[in-house]
Parts: sequence; C-alpha cells; structure tokens
Amino acid sequence: MSPLLDAVLDLGPQLAEHVLLCASAVALGIAVALPLAVWASRSPTVARFALGFASLVQTIPALALLALFFPILLAARSVFGEDLPTLGFLPAWLALALYALLPILRNAVTALANLDDELIEAADGLGMTAWQKLRLVQAPLAAPFVMAGIRTASVWTIGAATLATTIGQRSLGDPIFAGLQTQNWVLVLAGCVASAGLALVADGLFGLVERGFASRRPALVITGALVALAGIAGAAASTMDWRGDAPESVVIGAKSFSEQYILARAIGSVLQDAGFVVEYREGLGSAVVHNAVASSAIDISVDYTGTLWTNTLERKDNPGRNAMYDEIVRWEQENTGARVLGRLGFENAYGLAVTQETAARYGLATIADLAGVAPQLTIGGDPEWFERPEWNAVRNAYGLRFADQRTYSPTFMYNALISGEADVISAYTSDGRIAAQDLVVLEDPREALPSYDAIVLLSPRVADDTDLIEALQPLLGSIDVETMREANFTVDRQDNKWSPERAGKWLLEQVGI
Amino acid sequence: MTGAPPAFLRFEALSKSYDGVRAVRDVSLSIRQGEFVALVGASGSGKSTLLKCINRLVEPTSGRVLLDGEDVLDGAAPPVRRRIGYVFQGIGLFPHMSVAENIALTPRLVGERLPDARIAELLHLVELDPALAERLPAELSGGQRQRVGVARALAGDSHLLLMDEPFGALDPITRGQLGERVRRLHDELELTTVMVTHDMAEALLLATRVLVMDGGGIVADETPAALLAGAGGEVAQALVEVPREQARQLAGLGG
Repeated sequence: MSPLLDAVLDLGPQLAEHVLLCASAVALGIAVALPLAVWASRSPTVARFALGFASLVQTIPALALLALFFPILLAARSVFGEDLPTLGFLPAWLALALYALLPILRNAVTALANLDDELIEAADGLGMTAWQKLRLVQAPLAAPFVMAGIRTASVWTIGAATLATTIGQRSLGDPIFAGLQTQNWVLVLAGCVASAGLALVADGLFGLVERGFASRRPALVITGALVALAGIAGAAASTMDWRGDAPESVVIGAKSFSEQYILARAIGSVLQDAGFVVEYREGLGSAVVHNAVASSAIDISVDYTGTLWTNTLERKDNPGRNAMYDEIVRWEQENTGARVLGRLGFENAYGLAVTQETAARYGLATIADLAGVAPQLTIGGDPEWFERPEWNAVRNAYGLRFADQRTYSPTFMYNALISGEADVISAYTSDGRIAAQDLVVLEDPREALPSYDAIVLLSPRVADDTDLIEALQPLLGSIDVETMREANFTVDRQDNKWSPERAGKWLLEQVGI
Repeated sequence: MTGAPPAFLRFEALSKSYDGVRAVRDVSLSIRQGEFVALVGASGSGKSTLLKCINRLVEPTSGRVLLDGEDVLDGAAPPVRRRIGYVFQGIGLFPHMSVAENIALTPRLVGERLPDARIAELLHLVELDPALAERLPAELSGGQRQRVGVARALAGDSHLLLMDEPFGALDPITRGQLGERVRRLHDELELTTVMVTHDMAEALLLATRVLVMDGGGIVADETPAALLAGAGGEVAQALVEVPREQARQLAGLGG
C-alpha cells in the first residue's frame, strides 16, 4: 500500500473525534441559530443585532477564536468551579459552534423574511396562532434554505476543526500540525485528504436533505439524515471505552516542534513500559501548554526554564542558570501546584544563527559583531520570536537594527536561511539542523539571552504519583544536547525521515533506558 | 330596538389611522344576517382597511366591531378569524400542501380532521373535480386556485364570508362565472357576505346592498336598484356611470 493510504487509514481515532466535534458544534449552532432566527423574524432590532454579532464573529480568524476560549474559560472557572475544562473538547466545541452560527442564522433569517406576504396574510386570515404559522407554513417553506445554511456551516466547521489540535482537542489537524513541524508531507496530505473527504461526504448528505426539502421528497430527507446520523453514531461508538474500568490515562502534552513530539513519545514509551495508559495532546500552542499542565488538562509537559521565566513568572532579570531553576521550582509549587520533576540535561536556548558563508563574509563570531552589519541584513524568526522579551533583550543589549524582519514557521526558517531569504535566524540550540547544515550560533558575551534548561513538569493531579515519578526518574539529567540534536535531526531531515515515535525510542536507547 | 333582530355585524364609530393619516373615518353601520354587501370605492378610499377590521388583520385605532353581539377585539385574534371565511386577491394557497390539505386547514387548526367526503363536497360546491384534491396548487390554473380559496374559506362552517377583491386577478370569463357561483353559494348556505371591489358592475350584479366609500367614510348606502335609479349622490353615480357608459358604447357598436 502507498504511504499516503497507510497514513490516512491510521487516522481512525482522529476522524471519529473530528466527526463528533463537528457534529456537536453544528448541533449547538442550530440550537442557538433557529430560535434566534424566529425571534429575529418578529423583531428587526434582534435581526440586526444577531446578524451583526454573527458576522463579527466570522471576521475573527478561526485560530484566534479557538485560542480566545482558553482565557474565557479560565475566567469562567470563578463561576463554574475549578473542574471546568479549559482545553480540549469544550473550548473547541464552543468556538466552532459560534463559527457555525452565521451561515445557519443568515439563511434562516433571510428565508423567513422573504416568505411570500400573501401566504402570511392567508395564514393569519385562516386564524393560525404564531406557533401554528411557524410550524405549518414558515418552517416547511424555509426548510430548504435553512438546510443550505446548515450544509455550509458543516463544511466550514469540518475545515476549521483541524485547528482544534492547537488547543488540545484530537482532530484531523493532528497529522497536519505534526507533519508541518516535522516536514512529513505525507502526514500533512493525509490530514488534508481525510478532512476534505469528510467535508465532501457531509456536503453530499446535507445536499440530499436540502433537495428532499425543496422537492418535497421525504425519502431523500430521511436517507440523508439517517446516513449522517449513522456516521455520527459510528464515530461515537468507536470512541467509547469498551474495557469498562480502564485505568485513567496519563496525558502527555507537546508543543508544536519536533523535539517536543520526540520527548513526549519517549516519556510515553517509558510510562507505558511501567504499566501506565498514555494519551498524547500534541501540537499545543506554546503559551497554552503551561496553563494546561497547571490546570491538569494535561499531566506531563516538557518546558524550558527561560520560557517560563519570562512568560509565566514575567521576570525580566537574569539571575543565572541555577537560581532561575530553583526559583521556578518554588514558584510552581506555591502558585500552581505543578511539580517541576527535574532537568532533562540539555538546553534548548534561543540563539542567533548564520551560515558559514555569512559568518566568514562579515567576520561574525558573537552577537556583538553583528551590530555593525545588521542594517544590511534580514532577520528571520518563528512566529513567537519577535513578540518575546528575549528578542527585546538581545536587541537592546547589542543595539541591533536589522534591514527587515520576517516570520516563518520553525520548519521553513532554516530553509529561508539556506536559500538566502534571511541572513540571520532565531535558532534553537538543540536543533539538529544546526549541526547538519553546519550553521554558526553566535555567542552571547553579554548574556542577554537567559538559559533554557529543558525541564519536566507534572500537573497537580499527578504531582504526588510516586509510581509515575519513579518511572520518569531515569530520564532526568540523562540527555545531552548532542544526543537531542541528533534525535531532532532524524525527524527534521529531508531523507529517511523517522517518526517522532521512532526517534523517541532511539533517544531512550542512546541514554541507556 | 325591541322586536327588531340584532345586527349580525355592527361597526361603531370605527376609525383607523396610519401614521396620522386616517384611512377609515368614524364609520358606524349595521349588517343583517343574509345580506351580500359590496364595499365599492376608488383605490385608497379605505374599503380594504374597513373589511380587515372585521377579522382583525387590521386593528382599529378607535371604535369597535361587533360580530353576533360580541366585540371581535375581545380575546385573542385566531379564534375570531377561524369563525370567519376569508378570500383575497392573493389567494394564498400554501404551495407545500395539496388542494385537500389546504382546504382542511381551518378545522386542523382546532385539532379536527376534515373527512375526505366533506372535502369532495366542498370541491363540488365550487365546481371543481374532486380528483384535483391530491394536486399541488402549482398544478392548477388561476381560476381553479381561487375556487379552492373559496372552498377553504367555507371549510370552517363560518356564516360570515369576507372577500377582498376576490376576483381581481382572474380573466373576465372566469371572473363572471366564479362571481355567480359565489352568489349562489351565498344564497344556498345562507351566508352573510362582505365583498370589497373597485368594479361597480360586479357590485351591482352580485350584491344586495352597495356601500360606496370615499376618503375613509361611507358616502352612499343603497340597493343596486336604487343606485341604478340615480340615488346615492355624486361619488356613487360617477362609479355607476362607468359600466353604464360602457354598455351604451357597446350598444352603439352593435347597432
């Protein structure tokens, strides 16, 4: 079989959860949109307000809308209690339902507004109550248009739901994000094929229902609806836990870059060997991960001291490597209840990297050397870099002024450097491509960039789980930066690419576990 | 008042204003059971507004309408409307329902099922083939559709039939036939009928009593014979003159 087919066929669980997520989001959208449309048909003010709001929501990029629900739900915990999930299904469901609202609402409002005046006069003249008029006249006549709106909403939702991966909800976005980060285009394609295929199926089925309503053929309506319901029921059945009292699983989170995928799989494999049931939430936004582990939405994450220091503790000083680590351990214990289990042994710091040719041409060895030539150069960074305090710190410490700055996904950043689109990039020191492409990481004599020890964080839920801590103990202090670089490169390289799973196993072998 | 039968339908000082413009001005009159009343007037004379005050499609600004001694404004509108047959120019057959379903609607609204035999009888009354019962309105001609409209208005066993320009959109032949049929039904079923029309000839041919409206008020209240004899005043006579002049011209052509 072809690798693409293999990859698509591996997506069963993601497909099932994707179907359930979209079905429940569209269902919620319908449940809100239809009563709202009826109300709007009786009040022009409500119509203006509801359509205005739905259109406004539509202008928010789907990714941002999904991300916004994390802080909204965090704030809602003050009302609903600490058990309210802030990641995963709930925020994805709410955000996608909001997104599904507009097409359904707009079609329903338009259909109700454009019903023939004569039919409304006849309905009133015969003595129908408002409810009878809705049930006997307005609803059946608006049905094909409402169905067209539901159809559009479903197709949009199926596409947008791939973004739910970034907030920890399993979806067909998993292979897309994983593939994008590890340059595994077969995975990306598999995710796209599956999601597009699902959208086509939904479009076809709801098109059948729509035609059935329009041509008054109930058989078409029932066939389309039954097949759609059967698909949803099948998806629900496949995600059910048939084992009965299965042990609660440990959820391992990963940000969206290769090292995180590999370490998540390595940790998962160690825990599985120790008898734990493991789940992965991969491709999470970097800012989301810490909140997720602090709120026990995930149980284990690998983070970096410098990242937590600036983003979470909001500190601007640089007290040195060990002091920083100790302070983070104390801070987590006091403020979130999460446990810093320990350091993995390597650092993944931000550094500025150039090619050998650039280094030779301008005589660059340290960031200080860069200051004089920066106005002729273009700097590339990942989407976070230019927003991070480290960028400000290093720019101010060395007085850097670049000719231009560009943003790339981590994967494309290295390609941009090699192809000359960018002259300097914000590299990660554990990145396998530094060695493989023989890049020069400029030294930081003024220590503007903090240290980035990789550390393992445990959520409050598992912070005192001695079996789990014991199982993970051998990993601590065992991974040096060269080994990590090599493991990262097996996933990042163009040829003979490994899966993060395989790279994780290889990493464990190298460190003797 | 003792001894005289109470009026079946009674307007008391009825007025209706739209944004300060008075469409109906202070109309008071009584209609007895069995009358066929035509409301005639130019566009904007207030005749449709007056008619729709009866079944509350229009709510009056002041005054009241009594039907069988009861104020139609008491309580909710739907029960009042179900007691009144309503036929209008737009017809308003529901396109997603068959002819039979359209006719059976009024009983259905109060949870009753109209027997097929009664549907066939109603179709027969308006001179339609009962085989049309299962057709959709889109498959019928304009005249057939308005016949179904009349059958639907009669299905609720109401004794009051309101018609707003009922034949306005039909071709002249159909219009004449259906008008005559409705007049015979009015007699056979002992209905009280109020019909709005701008066509004085139609009013003279069908009605037992013609009310002429102008500027929101009633300016003439006469029998067809009295109108033809010159009664009713200037506005009424101007309207009567139209068909009379046409008849003279036709006679001249024939002569």
